[in-house]
Amino acid sequence: MPERPFILLVDDEPEFLAMYREILSELPSHPEVHTTHSGARAIAMLESVAYAVLVCDLKMPSMDGLQVLAIVRRKFPHLRTVIITGLVDEQYRIRAYAMGVDLFIGKPKCTEESQRLLDCIESLLDLEQQSQSGFRGIQQKSLVDIIQLECLCQSSAVLRVRGPAGDGSIWFIDGQIIDAEVPGVGGEDAFRRILSWKTGNFEILPAEPERQRSIHNSNQGLLLASAQAIDESTPNALQAGDKPAEGEASRALRRFDGVQFGLVSTRDTGVISDAWALDSAETMAKWLAQTLAKFQALGEEWGVGDLRQLDATTLQHQVLMARHGGFDFAVAFDKSTPASERQATFNQIKQQWES
Amino acid sequence: MGILNFFLKSSAPPLVKLTEGCFTVDRTGRVLTSTLPQTFPAEFMEKLTALVLQTFRSAKAASLIFSEIHVQYPALKITARELRGGAIVFIAPLASEKPIQPNRA
Repeated sequence: MPERPFILLVDDEPEFLAMYREILSELPSHPEVHTTHSGARAIAMLESVAYAVLVCDLKMPSMDGLQVLAIVRRKFPHLRTVIITGLVDEQYRIRAYAMGVDLFIGKPKCTEESQRLLDCIESLLDLEQQSQSGFRGIQQKSLVDIIQLECLCQSSAVLRVRGPAGDGSIWFIDGQIIDAEVPGVGGEDAFRRILSWKTGNFEILPAEPERQRSIHNSNQGLLLASAQAIDESTPNALQAGDKPAEGEASRALRRFDGVQFGLVSTRDTGVISDAWALDSAETMAKWLAQTLAKFQALGEEWGVGDLRQLDATTLQHQVLMARHGGFDFAVAFDKSTPASERQATFNQIKQQWES
Repeated sequence: MGILNFFLKSSAPPLVKLTEGCFTVDRTGRVLTSTLPQTFPAEFMEKLTALVLQTFRSAKAASLIFSEIHVQYPALKITARELRGGAIVFIAPLASEKPIQPNRA
């Protein structure tokens, strides 16, 4: 049985401490929750117990949350830290992130917010189990961790990343990733490029609500793609330009839950690259190439952008079709598969094929 | 005036603002009802009608019997439901952030 993680809660209001202690005790990892009402006492407690996460109020007498954080960052650089506050102010938020806090979140006012807080802290406890490498604000953390936390706490902010290939930015509005940019590249391509960076520095900047949305994929879909990107960056992964061996793609498609049949063909020509569980793959490949090309042309003519996806409903299936990286894709899912799951799997299949 | 005409670009097609709405067509492609404004270009509607009907029919010929299709562009979503050889087509510009849900009744 894994060891129970320790969480230290710091708040000058005893009612909040009691409430948070009760809430946090319900986490799946069953943490042992200790509490204290002052920053100075918290520092002393951190000396004696190996806590996994420190949850600290921002506004406290004698030593405020930022002062506690400043000491903690110096003395316990690997400790995961959360600032929880009733004073959700953009400037404090920026300062807290600049000091390396893992999460800055408002005090929950409803069950939904309370659940969000629980998800965030559980996520931090999970991260604590994983190796510490990658990006450095003040403490080290992976870029995916930072993005997940921004999404979980439904932040509106700009994440500026200084990586080996220059600067990149990711825009969040209410926890949704809406845009990304690296020099010369925007949207999802830029997002993937940023996530492929293994080292660098980051900073959280104020939100830009006027920023145009260029990413319409779900956070889950993007992060799945990011996990894929990280896998691919490992030495054993297929290198760019490598083609999967014959039949590998079919096996890959079979691996995904809910996939009923699949087809990958060369864009415009309709030449089959891979097909699975299809009786008339050639006919379908031809139809797919023609149909996607026509809708692509319509999008260009109407000035509404490139065709993103064509979904179709049959009696038993939901078929997702799209063009991606020189190929046309059609993947059919059982209708009972939830829409978000279908979309995430479809994105993963496209991503995997591209790699 | 010649120089003014040059700047006015009178030969350029007018910029069309896509609006939210729907229309129904029969199996011949004839528009039966429409909630789209009159400013919505007729040729756009004709082109979309032809493409939607053709998609349903060609899919059927390829052994794919679709009852509904959703076409997603960065700035537009089109939903078409097959109706006895014809179709009901919903157009929703995404900037409105009010995607149309087809009536399930």
